[in-house]
Amino acid sequence: MRALRRTYAFLGCSALAMAAIAVLAAFVLVGLLAPWLAPHDPNTQDLGARLLPPLSDGHVLGTDALGRDVLSRLIHGSRISLVVGFIAVLLAATIGIVVGLVSGYVGGWVDGLLMRIVDAWMAFPFLLLAIAIVAVLGRGLDNIVIALVVTGWVLYARLVRGETLSLREREFTLSARGLGASPVTIAVKHILPNCLAPILVVATLEIGVVIVMEASLSFLGLGASAAETSWGGMLADGRSYLTRAWWLATLPGLAIFVVVLAVNVLGDALRDALDPRHEKVPQGSVDQLSA
Amino acid sequence: MLGFVVRRLGQTVLVLFGVSIIVFSLIHITPGDAVDVMFAGENVSAEQREQYRRQLGLDQPLVQQYLAYMASAAQGDLGTSIRRGTPVTEIIGTTIPATVELTLAALLVAVVIAVPVAVVSALRQGSVWERGGNLLALFGISMPSFWLGIMLILVFSAGLQWFPASGRVASGTGLQQITGFLLVDAVLQGDWAAAWSGLVHIALPAVTLGTAITATLSRVLRSGLLEVKGQDYVEALRARGLRFTTLLRHMLRNALPASVIVMGVRIGSLLGGAIVVEVVFGWPGLGRLVVDAIQNRDFPLVQGAVLVLAVLFVLVNLFTDILQAWLDPRVTLTGVSR
Repeated sequence: MRALRRTYAFLGCSALAMAAIAVLAAFVLVGLLAPWLAPHDPNTQDLGARLLPPLSDGHVLGTDALGRDVLSRLIHGSRISLVVGFIAVLLAATIGIVVGLVSGYVGGWVDGLLMRIVDAWMAFPFLLLAIAIVAVLGRGLDNIVIALVVTGWVLYARLVRGETLSLREREFTLSARGLGASPVTIAVKHILPNCLAPILVVATLEIGVVIVMEASLSFLGLGASAAETSWGGMLADGRSYLTRAWWLATLPGLAIFVVVLAVNVLGDALRDALDPRHEKVPQGSVDQLSA
Repeated sequence: MLGFVVRRLGQTVLVLFGVSIIVFSLIHITPGDAVDVMFAGENVSAEQREQYRRQLGLDQPLVQQYLAYMASAAQGDLGTSIRRGTPVTEIIGTTIPATVELTLAALLVAVVIAVPVAVVSALRQGSVWERGGNLLALFGISMPSFWLGIMLILVFSAGLQWFPASGRVASGTGLQQITGFLLVDAVLQGDWAAAWSGLVHIALPAVTLGTAITATLSRVLRSGLLEVKGQDYVEALRARGLRFTTLLRHMLRNALPASVIVMGVRIGSLLGGAIVVEVVFGWPGLGRLVVDAIQNRDFPLVQGAVLVLAVLFVLVNLFTDILQAWLDPRVTLTGVSR
């Protein structure tokens, strides 16, 4: 509770962090309220109004090559980023936490085996592994989430394992064990709560990574099906009209950039707030960002 | 040192074993029969499909398939591309130099930008410069590389027409392949027009890919410099009245090793990032090959290319770790984290 209040106080002091929270709140709201906010249906084609530039009559951000309203498509596209970002991170974190707790607490050959698996996993550039998985499973939102979870869990597993190793030998864990608490109780009630701060920081930053990965997959033509509007897919479509309609590729990319920037600002601020030892030099998961 | 290298090599063998299993499994996690998926909606007779199954060894038991795949992989045979009919190794071999060339150029861009940014923001702590540097790093990290690439094309190719939007060299240069590295080949043959064309072609992709690591590199180098800055020997050197550039050289020499490591790890991520950048710029490298192979559902080629990329990545990591141990004797095996 005290940590929570301290985080709140810390974030409240930073204008940048507050701006980031505002951007993300707007992003979530837009995604949730998309059908009511969008001025047009994102898939309605109007071949008489193709490639209209922004600020045209009735189309604030213009139209694409099939005469679809760009603003409406951007608004609907936020849903895919939102769903993928949150669900993939949540699932990956859950799997990673369980593996990390087991690996760190049980130790011995179990730890050895699990960590070798993690090592092999980390031997792939994440995007490459995700591409390969989507390639064999086929396109679709569910398969993207699977690919991102399969590639993402290792980060949390490593993190939680490291924390568990040190927490396992601390007095409060030892006394709980002395009082006869079961290993599961100790792991869940005593060790897990103490790992939550770093997990929160990594998970926040990971939302940005996952959103970029989803957009990359869509951009490469491995994303959600064509019927589902996504920012990466819009960007890929817009590439063919670069010289005639700059806004088609520019605007969806700008949307991705702003959301990811907000996520990174918030992640950095959380790290500063939750980890007093940490000097302002983000490492670790930030390193994965540009992959 | 030797013990460290031996243990690290042992670890690498284990990791490569895991990698081979993951890559091998790829073709088996397809929903349904791999051959049917590959030729979905195409006019391929049942007999031909059966033949492909035999060619890929899919009619064998799983363990036998794995052993056969690994045995031939160890001899440099990764099977035959289903669409092109040529050996996978041959196809991959022609694309590797392009990817390596792009990666190295990106690294160069990153160093050229990151070093001055790090120096300025470390020495002028708390100034506008430092905050500007931080902001720049944040922007660099948050910018999806495919978007940055497209924006660069929009401004510098479509708009200003300074750089070409895609390809590796202007067509019709008649350059002979010696090393496969275009810039090296051009210089070796004294073909300066081709070399210039190669440079112009590589500029935008290298900047795009380089931006991704510039941010991390400058942050790590900055923190290294800050650490060194407060140390006694720097104070002593300053007290002796050394010139600023000399002082800086001493500081950089001590702050660089950590950054070298980060760069090594980043080369790995660069290989991943190169996939997207190669597609944006039509760069004929390994990354674009993977994407093309996936779009053609050419599974043997996908498998081979993924395997080669992963092995490259593992080897770069191994090399960096050993380099780190050599530069900094305090490093132990457990202390090496990626």
